[in-house]
Amino acid sequence: MPWSNILTPAPIVLPLLVGAFLAGVGGYLPRRLLDGIALLTSAAVLVVSCMLVHASAHGTIVHWLGNWRPALLPQTGKFFPVGICLAIDPIGAGMSAMVGLLSMAAFAFSWLYFEQVRSLYHTLMLAFVAAMCGLCLTGDLFNLFVWFELMTAAAVGLCGYKSEESWPLLGALNFAVVNTVGAFLSLSGVALLYARTGSLNMAEVGRSLASHPPGSAFLLIVFLFVSAGFLVKMAVVPFQFWLADAHAVAPTPVCVLFSGVMVELGLYAVARVHWVVFAPSLGTAGEQAVRDVFLLMGTLGGVIGAVYCFSQRHLKRLLAFSTISHVGLMVMGFALLDPGALSGTAVYMVGHGMIKGSLFLGAGILLHRCGSVDEYDLRGQCGNLWLLGIILVIGAVGLAGMPPFATFYGQDLIHDAFARAHRESLSAVAVIAEALTAGAILRFSARVFLGWGERQEASSRGSPHVPMDSETAGQHDKTPFGMWLPAVLLLALASGVAVSGQFRQATDAASRHFQQSEKLAAVTLESMNDVPSPRTSPAPVQFHIETPVTLALALGIAALALFPRVLGERLNWVLGRGLIAAMRPLRRLQSGNVSDYVAWFAFGIAGYGGLLLWWHR
Amino acid sequence: MPGMNHLITYTGLGVAAWMFLVGLYGIVTSRHLVHLCLCLTVVQASTYVLLTVIGYRPGLPAPIFTDWVQAGSLAVDPVVQALMLTDVVVEATVVALLLAITVKIHKRTGSTDPAAINVMRG
Repeated sequence: MPWSNILTPAPIVLPLLVGAFLAGVGGYLPRRLLDGIALLTSAAVLVVSCMLVHASAHGTIVHWLGNWRPALLPQTGKFFPVGICLAIDPIGAGMSAMVGLLSMAAFAFSWLYFEQVRSLYHTLMLAFVAAMCGLCLTGDLFNLFVWFELMTAAAVGLCGYKSEESWPLLGALNFAVVNTVGAFLSLSGVALLYARTGSLNMAEVGRSLASHPPGSAFLLIVFLFVSAGFLVKMAVVPFQFWLADAHAVAPTPVCVLFSGVMVELGLYAVARVHWVVFAPSLGTAGEQAVRDVFLLMGTLGGVIGAVYCFSQRHLKRLLAFSTISHVGLMVMGFALLDPGALSGTAVYMVGHGMIKGSLFLGAGILLHRCGSVDEYDLRGQCGNLWLLGIILVIGAVGLAGMPPFATFYGQDLIHDAFARAHRESLSAVAVIAEALTAGAILRFSARVFLGWGERQEASSRGSPHVPMDSETAGQHDKTPFGMWLPAVLLLALASGVAVSGQFRQATDAASRHFQQSEKLAAVTLESMNDVPSPRTSPAPVQFHIETPVTLALALGIAALALFPRVLGERLNWVLGRGLIAAMRPLRRLQSGNVSDYVAWFAFGIAGYGGLLLWWHR
Repeated sequence: MPGMNHLITYTGLGVAAWMFLVGLYGIVTSRHLVHLCLCLTVVQASTYVLLTVIGYRPGLPAPIFTDWVQAGSLAVDPVVQALMLTDVVVEATVVALLLAITVKIHKRTGSTDPAAINVMRG
C-alpha cells in the first residue's frame, strides 16, 4: 500500500525535512509562523506514531527502505538482508509517540516562554525529534549508532543554546564528550558483531549468533560494549555525572525532552538490543550475569540519584537527579528480564515521562515569574502562584507512585515481579528512592509556596547556586494561559492514561511480543506474517504495602527537612553533621570536570565488564 | 597464508584497543580543551582501525570495479568502508561542535583548562 509506505518512515523523515527547510528560510519567517510549523510537525509525529502503535499491534511492521528486501542466497538457501529496515513494534512506536507528545508540549511552552528565539532553535529541536524517532524505529545496529550520535549532537546544540553564558557551554561540553566516548565503544561493539556475523541487521545478527554461539564471555563483553553509549545516555551510575550538569543549564522546554524521553531511550535501546541480538545465544548463565549486573546498576542509580536529589536547592538540578534515580528503578524493572516487569517498566516510563515533563514546565513557569528556581532565594515568595504549587505537589505524589498515575500501575507490576523473583529487598530500595525524590520536591514546594522551614540553610550544606537569569528576560507579572496548559494537560494525561485496563493490556501483550526474538527474525527476514501475542485481561491491581509507605515516608522526610527542630537540639545537630559529612565526598565527585567524568566512564566499564565475567561462571 | 592473516587481524585489534585506551588517557589527563578534542579524535580513530581490520581480506583489491577488477569478483569488504565514511561524517560534526564550544568557553571564561573552568559542583 503506497500510503503506508509513505507514512511508516514519516516520524523520522518529516521533522528532518521541515528542520532543513526552516534552517534554510527560517530567518525570513515571522516567529509565530516558525512556532506554528514546528508545533504542527511534532503533532504530525505524534499522530503518525499513534497510527503505527495501532497498526503494529497486529504484528511487527518491517519496512525496507528503498524496498531493498532480503535476498535469497542460493548457496545457503537462506534469506540475507542487504538493505536497511525499520522494525516497528508497539513499544518502539509508543516511545516515538512519547517523543511527539513531549516535543509538542515543549514547542507549545516555548511559544510564550522565550522572548526571542531564532529559527536555529526549531531546526535543532526537529533534528533532535527525528533522531529520537529513528532510534525508536530502526531495526539496524549501525543506524542505532548513527541516530544516537545525531541525537547527541542535536541535544548538545540545544543544551548550549544560550551560548552567551559560560554555564550552558560547560554543561554542553561535558554532555558531548562523555556521550561521544560511550558512542565509540558502542560502535566498536557493533563492529565486532559485524566481524562475527557479517550483518548489521539486528534480527539477522541475533539469528546468526544463535546458530553458531560464540563463547558467552565474548557475548557478554560485546553486549557491554554495544550498551556503553546507551548506559551513558540513561545515566547509569557511575556514568551519570554529565546529566545533572546538562539538565541544570539547558533551556527548560528542552529539559522536558531530555528527562522525559531521551534518557529513557537509552534503556529502550539496551532492552531492544538485548532481546533481539543477545538473548537467544546468551544461555542461562549469561542471562543470570546480565540480570545481576543490571540489578546492581539500577540499585546504585536509584539510591545515589535520590541522595543527590534530596541535597539540591536548585529545582532543575533537583529534578535532574530525580531522573537518575527513577531511571535506576526502570533499570531494575528491565533487569528482571521478565515480561511482567518489562510491561511494568514501559507503563512506568510513560507515566514518569509525562510527570517529569510537567514538573520541568513548572520549573519554567517559576523561572518566568520569579527569575530564579532556587529554594532559599524564593522562600515564601511565591504564595500567589498557588496553581504552580499544586502542580508540583501533584507531580511529586505521582512520582512517588500513587494511584491513579501511570507510575502506580507500572510500579505495581514491578513489585509483583520482585516478589516472584524472591528479591523483596529491591522493593525496599525502590521505596526509599521514591520517598527521597518525592520528599525533595514536597520540601521545595512547601518552602517556596508556603514559606515553611528555615530561612537559611546550614552554610556548608549549600549546593551550587546556579544563576539562571538569562533564559527569560527578567520577571513577569503573570503567567499566560498558554504556559499553564501543557503542564496541566501532561499531568492529567499521566493520571488518566493507565486507569483503563486497555492501555495496560496492550502494553502487556506488546512486552511479551518484544521478547520473542526468533519470531521477530522470521518476520524480518522471511516476511513471515506476524501473529501478535494474545491479549490477556490485566492482572487485578494488588494492594502493595509499599505504596502508602512511600507516601508516608516522603511526607515524613519533607517535614523533617523543613522542621528539623522537632527532633530536639542534640539529635538535630548529630543528624545535620552526619548528612554534611556524608554528602561531602559525593559532592566532590560531581566536579564539573569532564576529565573526571571520562575517568569514571573507564572505571565503570571495566568494573561492570569484570562483574559480568565473574558472575557468569 | 592463514597465519599471516591472523597476525594482521590481531595486530589490528591490538592497535585499535591501544588507541582507544591512549585516547581515554589523554582525555582524563588533559589540561587544555583543544587537546581534549584531539584526544577524542584519537579514540575515534581507533574505530577506523577496527573497521579496516574487520573488512580486510588478504591479497584482495579495493572494491572499485574497473577493467582490471571484474564486477562480481572478490574484493575487500565495502560495507565497513561505508560505515567508516559515515563515522567520519558524524564525528566531524561532533568535533566541530566541541571546538566551537571551546572557542566560546575561552571567550567567556578566558581559560581552556577543564580543571580551572568548572563551576558546577555538587
